[in-house]
Amino acid sequence: MSAARQGFDSFEKNNRKQLPFYIGLLAFGILGPLLFPNYTLQIAILWIMVLFAQTWDTLGGQMGYNSLGNIFFFGAGMYISAIVQVGTVYDVGLYTSASGAGKASFTPDQYYTGISLGILAAGVGSALLAPILGFIMFGLRAAYFAIGTLGVALAAGEIIGAWQWVGGGSGIAMPVYPGSADGRSEFFYWISFAAAVATFLVLRWLYTTRFGLAINAIRDDEDKAEATGIPTLRHKIVAWSVAAFFLGISGAIFGNMTGFIEPLEVAFPTVTFGIFMVAMPLLGGKGTLWGPVLGAIVFHVVKEVTWTYLLGWQWVALGLIIIITVVFFQQGIMGWMKEKWPEKFGVVIDPVTAAESREEATR
Amino acid sequence: MFGNIQLLIAAPALNVQLLLDGILIGAIFALAAYGLALVWGVMNVKNLAQGDYVILGGYIAWWGQKTFGIHPIVMLPIACVLLFIMGWLLYLLIIRWVINRDMFTSLLATFGIAFMLAQLLNVAFGPEIQTAQSGMTTRTLFATVSVAEIKVVSFVLCCVLAALIVAFMKKSRMGQAIRATAQDARAARIMGIDTERVYAFTYALNAAICAAAGVLISMIWVIQPFYGITHAIRSFVIVTAAGLGNLPGVIVAAFGLGVAEQYGGFVLGAELQQVSVVGLLLIVLIWRQIKLARLRQVVQ
Repeated sequence: MSAARQGFDSFEKNNRKQLPFYIGLLAFGILGPLLFPNYTLQIAILWIMVLFAQTWDTLGGQMGYNSLGNIFFFGAGMYISAIVQVGTVYDVGLYTSASGAGKASFTPDQYYTGISLGILAAGVGSALLAPILGFIMFGLRAAYFAIGTLGVALAAGEIIGAWQWVGGGSGIAMPVYPGSADGRSEFFYWISFAAAVATFLVLRWLYTTRFGLAINAIRDDEDKAEATGIPTLRHKIVAWSVAAFFLGISGAIFGNMTGFIEPLEVAFPTVTFGIFMVAMPLLGGKGTLWGPVLGAIVFHVVKEVTWTYLLGWQWVALGLIIIITVVFFQQGIMGWMKEKWPEKFGVVIDPVTAAESREEATR
Repeated sequence: MFGNIQLLIAAPALNVQLLLDGILIGAIFALAAYGLALVWGVMNVKNLAQGDYVILGGYIAWWGQKTFGIHPIVMLPIACVLLFIMGWLLYLLIIRWVINRDMFTSLLATFGIAFMLAQLLNVAFGPEIQTAQSGMTTRTLFATVSVAEIKVVSFVLCCVLAALIVAFMKKSRMGQAIRATAQDARAARIMGIDTERVYAFTYALNAAICAAAGVLISMIWVIQPFYGITHAIRSFVIVTAAGLGNLPGVIVAAFGLGVAEQYGGFVLGAELQQVSVVGLLLIVLIWRQIKLARLRQVVQ
């Protein structure tokens, strides 16, 4: 636990040490679709997973507020983008009620303006929803916050399912990409990749600022942070808005990538994506910069490779992975590496202190 | 929606119907919520798997009836024993490691258990909605209010079970040990209580209580592998509203939730019933927050 709580260490401040990580990731990002052209969309989903893990970690790892309902912003973004994309051309109510019957077409121009406006609106809209939700939820501490956010995400799916204007339970068919299937995969690959990289860079910068220190202070002791003059509520809301902005964008991208959105399975999948985005940063090591990225890659690759061999038992196995990660491996990959090679992370071990702490541990 | 409200005003008998249904089903909610309050209070574990123990209990009753033709009420003690054993095993395997950790760890670990149980039930029995047959009829009171006999039977069973649990907690050595551990685990250890065993027993007892609730639910309502989380949220609503270690509060809150849910389902439509449960959760959490804020001002 203590390892995860150290916050920004010298490894994360030292860009030279991280260089191999950057190069490896960029190389994979650029070469991935060229080397494995059949898996372009799979790798695109990997980048969305990376984005999920990072945005969850903003609250869960850096600020100590463990949300189980971040998927709410994903779904909200998806629906906002759908409404904007359809709404710029057709009447939304008529479009959804005629789903399947009337063949709605979008010219390439309409499509590209729609999708760029949609993604932007999804980000901004989700970021604006965060303060509204934040005012209600941030009074809740610890477990209550987790349960409250879980409730919000569960309720959102049901409410959208009952809202006929956006298609209710039968969902919305998204505009069709004007071009070939390969071009479509590549198009969505590059925007997913760009979104993940932008998220990483923005969050990396954010954690080095005073703001980053302030949310770390909230994590370590909220009452003391408030006493030292940090406006905690404002910081919490801004942090959630940042996370929500990127989550909304990821929702818009994912909705367009899937081509068809529906409230319970695609937009607000609380028990699948909603839990993945908690499990991935925990696996990688929460509260670190690279942990969520690493966790997401390991999780997604293992999941995709083993999934088909488990024959219906994959979800049971997933539950097992969550339990094992949470109970026995909570320091995550990064935390484990820090314990294994502390000198690489700039931790200097004083023999006297080490002996003392060992004594403490055995007591 | 407004049409439904007008209907309620125009036909008072409908209100009686909803109130009665709410209270009869609220008794079962009270049972599961008491289990949660027990685990929460004694070992500070927020058990999100609560609802899935309920559903598992229901499936045991349903399965017993389907394969061997045993009446679900006869399956009740069997389900309790099975879940008791399972609860003990889960304690040894998982819960033991999360007791002294932060709250989120226990929450997420039990969520993992919940997820796994739901998926196991899905693999074993499929995602269809099931219901166990009690073989009892429905009676009509005052020509307008209909009462299923099984609901009354389950209400009586709930009362009996609750009385048994309370007596157990008050009189038996283990019950006393559980209460002592809840008050101060360290002091209890000094007095020679094996707190590890107390924790294991508490967790297993909670699973058994949930199983009993689940068997009753399977007869008067429906069960489905993924309905567990709603039951868990119901228990959280009740315990959060009532507070820990407050048995009368739990009972009142459970009846209140049952009635509110019946009204919510009637006024908003059945598809928004889950939303009304979650809405109640948010209202209870916010209300609790306002109460705490007021308390903070008094302290200042």
